[in-house]
Amino acid sequence: MPHRWGMAVDLDTCTGCGACVTACHAENNIPTVGPEQAARGRAMHWLRVERYWEGDFPDVRLKFRPVMCQQCDAAPCEPVCPTYASHHTADGLNAQVYNRCIGTRYCANACPYNVRFFEFFNPQWPKPLHLQLNPDVSVREVGVMEKCTFCVQRINAASIDAKAEKRELKDGDIKPACVQGCSVKAMAFGDLDDPESEVSRLSRSPRGGKLLDDLGTRPKVTYLARQTQV
Amino acid sequence: MSEASSRKLSEDLLRPLLETSWRFYALVAFLGSIVLMGLVTWAYQMFNGFGVTGINNPIFWAFYITNFVFWIGISHAGTLISAILRLVNAGWRRPVTRCAEVITAFALMIGAMFPLIHLGRPWLFFWLMPYPNSRQIWPNFRSPLVWDFFAISTYLTGSVLFLVLPMIPDFALVRDRTTGWRHRVYGTLALGWQGTTKQWHRLETAMQIMAIAIIPVAVSVHTIVSFDFSMAVVPGWHSTIFGPYFVAGAIFSGIAALIIAMAALRKVLHLEDYLHPVHFQNLGKLLLMMSLLWAYFVFSERLTSWYGNGTSEMAVFWALQRGSYAPLYWTMVICNFVIPFPILALRQTRTIAGCVTASCFVVVGMWLERFLIVVPSLGHKYLPYSWGPYRPSPVEIMIMISTFAAMALLYTLFSKFVPIISIWELKVGEHPFPAETPAEIKEHPLWQVRP
Repeated sequence: MPHRWGMAVDLDTCTGCGACVTACHAENNIPTVGPEQAARGRAMHWLRVERYWEGDFPDVRLKFRPVMCQQCDAAPCEPVCPTYASHHTADGLNAQVYNRCIGTRYCANACPYNVRFFEFFNPQWPKPLHLQLNPDVSVREVGVMEKCTFCVQRINAASIDAKAEKRELKDGDIKPACVQGCSVKAMAFGDLDDPESEVSRLSRSPRGGKLLDDLGTRPKVTYLARQTQV
Repeated sequence: MSEASSRKLSEDLLRPLLETSWRFYALVAFLGSIVLMGLVTWAYQMFNGFGVTGINNPIFWAFYITNFVFWIGISHAGTLISAILRLVNAGWRRPVTRCAEVITAFALMIGAMFPLIHLGRPWLFFWLMPYPNSRQIWPNFRSPLVWDFFAISTYLTGSVLFLVLPMIPDFALVRDRTTGWRHRVYGTLALGWQGTTKQWHRLETAMQIMAIAIIPVAVSVHTIVSFDFSMAVVPGWHSTIFGPYFVAGAIFSGIAALIIAMAALRKVLHLEDYLHPVHFQNLGKLLLMMSLLWAYFVFSERLTSWYGNGTSEMAVFWALQRGSYAPLYWTMVICNFVIPFPILALRQTRTIAGCVTASCFVVVGMWLERFLIVVPSLGHKYLPYSWGPYRPSPVEIMIMISTFAAMALLYTLFSKFVPIISIWELKVGEHPFPAETPAEIKEHPLWQVRP
């Protein structure tokens, strides 16, 4: 039975600690580029925590928004790829086939969320980070695009386990690294086609909203936040 | 035309082929070394990784794509202009057409290099093409980059044919006037041309077909290049005006390049008897018209963005109008309109020197225009958190310089091996027996109405 994987992030709970970013780096073998390259705009964070300040000093509110690939249903990155490296899976994920990517970077331009990243150099990990590479995730070579996969390796592993045990996947069987790492349980992941799942319930919340909803990309990530009356 | 003047014409125009001075070798060595440096730089980029360029997140396209659009634009000089002039039978086109068509062929070849240079993994470029493979994977026909591949290869094939067809009688002329290896080489190139009535008839028919076919192809090519941008939901890119705007800009920069090339040829190859001030004046008028058209398009594009007042559109708008890109933006306006317009509008300044000056400004201005379309939009997408600046690296600048040198080198070599002015067409134009020309293909100067 096909699924439709989605995520919900509660911005009122998020403390901006960055544990999700670290977890994502560790899980997905994302290279750390060092301060010099980061200053030149080459930092790679499949998941980033955007910080926004509201109001004037001293009455300032700081807001955080973890932004990862929104896994759009109508993804602008997919039709522009000349080689189908960026394509839609049956589960509704925006997959990136690294081996098929030739690095036109068109997908990164088309993406309104700027969540696609380019390997500017062959990746390197300063010691001892090279000892913690995840064997379930391929390491990308120079010249290809990459992005958040919703931890597809975990989705596949859980699906295989469920199949081996001859049962259906339960809500909560799959936890992407960011969801698992979140210290305040601000993130939820699951099947949007299952109306009982936690993520479905949160996505229906009146506090929910999509990022850049008016572009018509139909993202599968819902952000929950206090709605202010305008 | 008398026998003597016909001989003088052939001798004047064949002299560059048969006599070579040390200056030619010096120029070729100079330009060749710059091109070589560019190739070495590209190899350096492939070896070390794309990070040696100034590309960053979010400016994923910058100098290389700017140059790609710029050179494809320059390529509209030739084939399009010469095809239109042929179809309207403008008599003054005769010495101009070949210089123009060569620009098209070479600018396209250079422009088509840039999408490859800009690939993250250029060694896999052939995945852009449909070719039989064991995995039965096609390229993605929904991608504008694949449309680019088809548009550019069609245009390149068409314009090379359009260039080579009228060269055949000239190759035959060179064949008949030379001995030794030249005789053999040009004999092969002449494809057995004997100058029979049937051959002339076929040549004229083929030229007519190509001239008609190449115009829609040329228009479609730059429209498709503009689709690379307008198909993406990026503020400043997602615009319906981009197709005609790009085509107009392309013809604009193409005419400017043609004027510069013609002036250089006139000076270096001593073609004062063939490229007259009137040619520059006529092309200057065309350039003037395109400058006005360009200004009109920019005005429409800017005004609709401003009036629409979309949040993200306005970020790009102000970045150009008075933000960090404002110096470049206003330089572009000055180069493309403020300076060329008075120079080309006044008869006293529409001289050869005036036209060349205006053209140089236009080439710079049009390059900036391409840059300002590509980069500021990427730097000001929807989420302000991911805005970013761009600064080109020496690698990108070196590769850009080397392509200008490549253009000059190819042009130099071409004018060495092929008569840069179509000899037979000049002779036909000065035909002494107008009565022999059928009325329907008789030439009319531009200022006369067809009967």
